[in-house]
Amino acid sequence: MEFIKNHILVCSGTGCGPSGGDKLVAAFQKAVREADLEKSVKIAKACCFGLCSQGPVVVVYPEGAYYTGLKAGDVGAIVREHILGGHMVSRLLYKEGEGDGGRALEDTAFFKKQVRVALRNCGNIDPEAIDEYIAYDGYQALARVVSTMTPGQVVDTIKASGLRGRGGGGFPTGRKWEFAMMQPPGQKYVCCNADEGDPGAFMDRSILEGDPHSILEAMTIAGYAIGADKGFLYVRAEYPVAVQRLQIAIQQARDYGLLGDNIFGADFSFDLNIRLGAGAFVCGEETALLTSIEGNRGEPRPRPPFPAVKGLFGKPTILNNVETYANIPWIILQGADAFARIGTERSNGTKVFALGGKITNTGLVEIPMGTTLREVIEEIGGGCPGDKAFKAAQTGGPSGGCIPAAHIDTPIEYDTLTALGSMMGSGGLIVMDEDNCMVDIAKFFLDFTVDESCGKCTPCRIGTKRLHQMLEKITSGNGTMADLDLMEELCEHIKSSSLCGLGQSAPNPVLSTLHYFRDEYEAHVREHRCPAHVCKALMRYIILDNCKGCTACARACPTEAITGKVKELHIIDQEKCIKCGACMDICKFNSVIKE
Amino acid sequence: MPSTKKIPAFTALPGQLERLKDAIERYRDQPGAAMPVLQEAQNIFGYLPEEVQIEVAEGLGMSLSEVYGIVSFYAQFTLYPKGKTQVDVCMGTACYVKGAGEILERVERKLGCAAGEVTEDGMFSIDATRCIGACGLAPVMVVGGDVYGLLVPDEVDGILEKYM
Repeated sequence: MEFIKNHILVCSGTGCGPSGGDKLVAAFQKAVREADLEKSVKIAKACCFGLCSQGPVVVVYPEGAYYTGLKAGDVGAIVREHILGGHMVSRLLYKEGEGDGGRALEDTAFFKKQVRVALRNCGNIDPEAIDEYIAYDGYQALARVVSTMTPGQVVDTIKASGLRGRGGGGFPTGRKWEFAMMQPPGQKYVCCNADEGDPGAFMDRSILEGDPHSILEAMTIAGYAIGADKGFLYVRAEYPVAVQRLQIAIQQARDYGLLGDNIFGADFSFDLNIRLGAGAFVCGEETALLTSIEGNRGEPRPRPPFPAVKGLFGKPTILNNVETYANIPWIILQGADAFARIGTERSNGTKVFALGGKITNTGLVEIPMGTTLREVIEEIGGGCPGDKAFKAAQTGGPSGGCIPAAHIDTPIEYDTLTALGSMMGSGGLIVMDEDNCMVDIAKFFLDFTVDESCGKCTPCRIGTKRLHQMLEKITSGNGTMADLDLMEELCEHIKSSSLCGLGQSAPNPVLSTLHYFRDEYEAHVREHRCPAHVCKALMRYIILDNCKGCTACARACPTEAITGKVKELHIIDQEKCIKCGACMDICKFNSVIKE
Repeated sequence: MPSTKKIPAFTALPGQLERLKDAIERYRDQPGAAMPVLQEAQNIFGYLPEEVQIEVAEGLGMSLSEVYGIVSFYAQFTLYPKGKTQVDVCMGTACYVKGAGEILERVERKLGCAAGEVTEDGMFSIDATRCIGACGLAPVMVVGGDVYGLLVPDEVDGILEKYM
């Protein structure tokens, strides 16, 4: 029998693939072949290991050696020194700060506090190989459900686990399934929301790319529970790798009889189709998503009736998010109690976050509910780079809000985040430092919602536009204090009278920044000053007296706004300056500053 | 407001209309066929001019206004031809807070055309896109399908020159 001595797992997710992961696979194959090690070394594509900013990432087992930032030229050394020589190549290992000799994946601060339930297989298996998923207990949950449990028992198990929707709303998943199960028998549908439109969030993408079978298995279990025989996966068209892996996974599952008629010999049939989104954020809202699958403009419908009663094509439908589904097989196999033991009283289990923005370790993390923001940002994320001060964390994307540094010790749960004026959201967690202007961030999100508002209801279509105009007025230095009060009032109206979640939550970025960072708004209005030097109308570039007169800035300036003789102080003509910052970037003497 | 963009006259290349008819045939009997058919049509033609929308409407037994309603609703459908090389600058939150605005400005300045438009020679089109989910590499741009991450503004010119 062949004995595989080493496994080389190369990350092939969207984060790592383009930065060289794909080339590394080929380089490893060549090097292993040349060293005649093909029988004892297995090379596999897997994803996602989480630490995307350090990519491409490679993990070599049995040691779990965690190599980051590799180039094709490093492959030879790993095969020679590690695989053949038995010593990890310490200069290529991931290091935590100076003096660290490199460490295994599990020993990094980035991983230590994580608990992997939804991401349990990501980075461990080849997502294009169903056998590897099965070797990691894949499809066992489905087998157990179909052959030993009644639909009612499945629903009770999910209810007992306390699992709540991971797409943002936090509705109890088991109850949703129960509503659909109680509908009279007939055509029903199981849908998966993989329209991850929240900017800054890529948890669902990583699960689909790294462990697609877990979603197929969970959807099939849901089909059994509610009595549906058809399912749709609605995936963002911006995720081509995820779509391709899902297509492969669906075909493999059909070939193995895990999708199709009489699954596990039972009187139960289920099959799945993929539908691609076409770039509309509102389609993340459940009724809009279903309307889009029906082939129409993705506009939301009033609820009730809820989809569990009248959903896709007018039939009872359940719609869950990717991460929610990823938890299901684990809950069936490990038990509802095991899941409920993780996390806090009202928020069970774990949550995956996409850490991004001004943070050292950007990437994907899965933490037990109740972990504090401080643990996530400082311990797992490694804090803000460049000794900058942490200012706020944004969760929930365009529907969420900014949590200021003063609340960094808040435990992450559905209810605590809502109480702070933000929300759990789908899991984007963007860190901002002192260089980010909170008024500008609010404007950024409003710009997004204005663009993505579907136009069906007036409060959202016109209200967000008016809000955006007021923010524009403030960031250009023309705002008044009365505008701030008017904005707050308008926000409340939009929240209370919009048709769907998009409009109801669109004011959150404005309300939360107004609440926590009112001083920044006031600086813009009263002093015509942007404290973070971001808003272009309120800042200018100037050249300090220590200018050496090297002329580099004058040559870099695209509008010829800088004048000055060689070896003499240069001056920026503020009338001509377009504030592109080219002068500041090029100056070697730090003589150009923003004020 | 009516668009002022100049749209070149539409002519189908050999085989394109056949491929569209084939796609219509494959989806015709499925509920919700319009979206996948339009997606295939855009893959075939690169954009969705009125002539193509009429074909789709007639093929699926829909009205042109219904088809146009769908096309104009979704950001991925485009009524205009794109440049030979597509430049997408990600405007997701993670990219934005790490300076994607400056990256976009550099791209626009280098190519002499604004986001959402095509260069005069038809070589490049620029779009400020929604989050592409490569937030670990922010700020990110995608040029002709190649992803460039952890960008600093000064790198932009050099990257674009590779595609000129």
